[in-house]
Amino acid sequence: MQSVIVMFTVGLIAFSMFRFVGDPINNMVGQDTSEQERIELRERLGLNDPFLVQFGRFSLNAVQGDFGLSYKYRVPVSEMIAERMPATLELAFVAAILSLAIGIPLGVYTALKRHSFLSKLIMTTSLIGVSLPTFLTGIMLILFFGVVLRWLPTFGRGDVIELGSWSTGFLTASGLKSLILPSITLALFQLTLIMRLVRAEMLEVLRTDFVKFAKARGLPNRLVNFKHALKNTLVPVITITGLQLGSLIAFAIITESVFQWPGMGLLFIQAIADVDIPIMAAYLVLIAFFFVMINMIVDILYYAVDPRLRADNE
Amino acid sequence: MELLDIKNLQIEFPSRRGTVVAVKGVNLTVRPGEVLGVVGESGAGKSTIGNAVIGLLDPPGEMSGGEVFLKGEKINDLSSEEKRKIRGRRIGMIFQDPLTSLDPLQTIEQQLVETIELHLRLGKKKSQERAVDLLRQVGIDDPEIRIKNYPHQFSGGMRQRVVIALALCAEPEVIIADEPTTALDVSIQAQILELMRKLCREKQVGMLIITHDMGVIADITDRVAVMYQGNLVEEGTTQKILGDPDHPYTKSLISAVPRADVRLRRFPMVDYIEKEEDRKVLLDISTHWLGQGRDFGKIEGPLISVKDLVMTFVTKQAFLKKNRQSFNAVDSVSFDIKQGEVFGIVGESGSGKSTIARLIAGLYKPASGSVFFGETDLTKVGSEREMDVFRKQMQMIFQDPFSSLNGRMRVMDIVAEPIRFHKLASSNREVETIVTDLLEHVGLGRQAAVRFPHEFSGGQRQRISIARALATRPRFLICDEPTSALDVSIQAQILNLLKDLQEELGLTMLFISHDLPVIRQMCDRVGVMKKGKLVEVAETEALFTDPQASYTQELLSLMPKLDFLSHEGLDVEAS
Repeated sequence: MQSVIVMFTVGLIAFSMFRFVGDPINNMVGQDTSEQERIELRERLGLNDPFLVQFGRFSLNAVQGDFGLSYKYRVPVSEMIAERMPATLELAFVAAILSLAIGIPLGVYTALKRHSFLSKLIMTTSLIGVSLPTFLTGIMLILFFGVVLRWLPTFGRGDVIELGSWSTGFLTASGLKSLILPSITLALFQLTLIMRLVRAEMLEVLRTDFVKFAKARGLPNRLVNFKHALKNTLVPVITITGLQLGSLIAFAIITESVFQWPGMGLLFIQAIADVDIPIMAAYLVLIAFFFVMINMIVDILYYAVDPRLRADNE
Repeated sequence: MELLDIKNLQIEFPSRRGTVVAVKGVNLTVRPGEVLGVVGESGAGKSTIGNAVIGLLDPPGEMSGGEVFLKGEKINDLSSEEKRKIRGRRIGMIFQDPLTSLDPLQTIEQQLVETIELHLRLGKKKSQERAVDLLRQVGIDDPEIRIKNYPHQFSGGMRQRVVIALALCAEPEVIIADEPTTALDVSIQAQILELMRKLCREKQVGMLIITHDMGVIADITDRVAVMYQGNLVEEGTTQKILGDPDHPYTKSLISAVPRADVRLRRFPMVDYIEKEEDRKVLLDISTHWLGQGRDFGKIEGPLISVKDLVMTFVTKQAFLKKNRQSFNAVDSVSFDIKQGEVFGIVGESGSGKSTIARLIAGLYKPASGSVFFGETDLTKVGSEREMDVFRKQMQMIFQDPFSSLNGRMRVMDIVAEPIRFHKLASSNREVETIVTDLLEHVGLGRQAAVRFPHEFSGGQRQRISIARALATRPRFLICDEPTSALDVSIQAQILNLLKDLQEELGLTMLFISHDLPVIRQMCDRVGVMKKGKLVEVAETEALFTDPQASYTQELLSLMPKLDFLSHEGLDVEAS
């Protein structure tokens, strides 16, 4: 229900761009097009219809995945996006795995061994991780691994293999190599965030009575920490992580432009430069759709993890 | 031979400002089948002893001296791994709050089987059988089915039974119970205590029970040790300590326990407990600020009259009205409060006592029924401004002194706020004079005004709440469990203060409590509530000597017996 409202609102915002941001006709035609031709084109594209009719048409098409033709390239937007989507999704996926796989264990470690030298080092480093802007870390990585050491490629996806309509970089050596720098760049911020969140939650849980009672029952630390404490830690962590994964996809833009990664973000940046409104609108709607879907998955996960929520609806 | 022998135990908490010695050279012994009570007020170091024995002192606390023997074997200098093997296996532990003692994400079975497997290595099948058997022993019906449930599906009392089952599951030799019934209602407390007593006898387990509640001590213990500021001040059989204490601290502690058998004019204040500024001079109401402006509209008959009050809470939200589920927290309740009387409401948690208080104060809107303040039906008062007239005459004191005061305001502003709001003083200077006067009046002293609430103890904060309530010169005071978060000696002080104020100002009071002895000390008439319904209303004396409703009789019979408590130095009111 809420998701439908969110999607509707985003659709409305995306659509209003058509009306209020620049005049599309100006961007489609050359300077020497006569006024007569411009009016004809306007009529043919339905730009003179009332607002509601236009919006209705837009939403109906959007639901079917049709966002019209790109003003600049004269190809369906849906095709362009479908072509770019695998790149972004693969990048976001790898970054998500990285930030979870490293962030959670580090968070647990720093919570359990709060006073060790290593935890303090990790915490200090993470502060740097949180405060550095993405483009800077990206450029630093390129400088170090790409230019100085010449170990890793600094732009593009490398060789890709087509699996049906999905082009993947996972199956070639150069594709995997190209993934490393951008995914680290993208993951760094999320990683430190997840780590700090897990640490804070874990410290909170370790203070609770049931942890103390578990210790008083003589359970070994390993069981107390990982079976009882960690599982309880994850309940709130899931929410934040879910939201963050959405933003990984959405904010891959910066990383993609730094690494010239041929994903949706780069497409979007170019579209802004060209005032290619159909692409911008489609991108907005799609990102909103991802957010809504991820939130739904988070809710379902919640349900699976926490028995208290299940009981309420029995 | 002693089962548990604690010798010369010393516990210290080093901190930046120097070391705090929490426990100073304490000696205790527990024999098989015996229940030893450790009693004392908060900060006396009781819980620290329990934690030290099982090796779970919270850092930076450390055992700086003394020895602990379990069956003659020295256990305090074992490695942490060996201590862990003793925990649960040989020493079981029960904590205060059953609502938070269990892992909310695991079933009872997972937690029981895990512990049994760890200590007894019976194999999965046998462990499950044992788990079911344990639940049956602690009195949980249908254990085969209930064992699959999660902790939140049990009530507080049931959860404490599960906790006891967990503590017992490896047949420990000693059980340490830290305030095991403090979070529970009287009737459930009685059941749990009886269960613990029985298990102790049957299995010849030694039990160390840590509590601040004299009722629990009287009910279950064989011997008592009294702690005061880290020292063991007195130890002896329960009869001896409660009936004929030697040490002045014990005497003062016992005199401060509210009792159900006699009504006192005032709680005796022995110097040993925190110095109270005894206000021997009663106020001259005719000249004092509190006495002025009391020309309320004359009211004939009862001051407060509640008629068929119903309050409904929605328990399950739904879009359609017919799908919603709700229950009546207050179910057609009617009673009157006469002018100048203290009316008590007593009942167990969830009986709707606090809801009634909030309905009268106008914090909730009732589903139906009416609340008359004199002639006016408060539920029909339309505008906020009209309501303010009544709010000024009606003030409330809440249970939790920690959350009912705004931590970012100075005490001066907290107490001054109602005076300013109702424009009871003409100038700022006058407001300040009144506030300092009020603070002195409740025994805090004028220096309190510039400080913040967190600088005060629980009892002092409750005094601030009382000063704030008095600041509007009310004629009607609602006290919702005003002392249940406080230690007995502080409780005695606060109850004394309320009694004095009531006497001086002729206040009418609604006094809500779950504690029958407190009710007996404070109230003229009492209403007994059960599940939202008022089951009996009677004069206090009559209710305690000759209860009519069966529920009242039950409540009274469950009350811990304190008959043999020392009567030394009490100021008994002739009835």
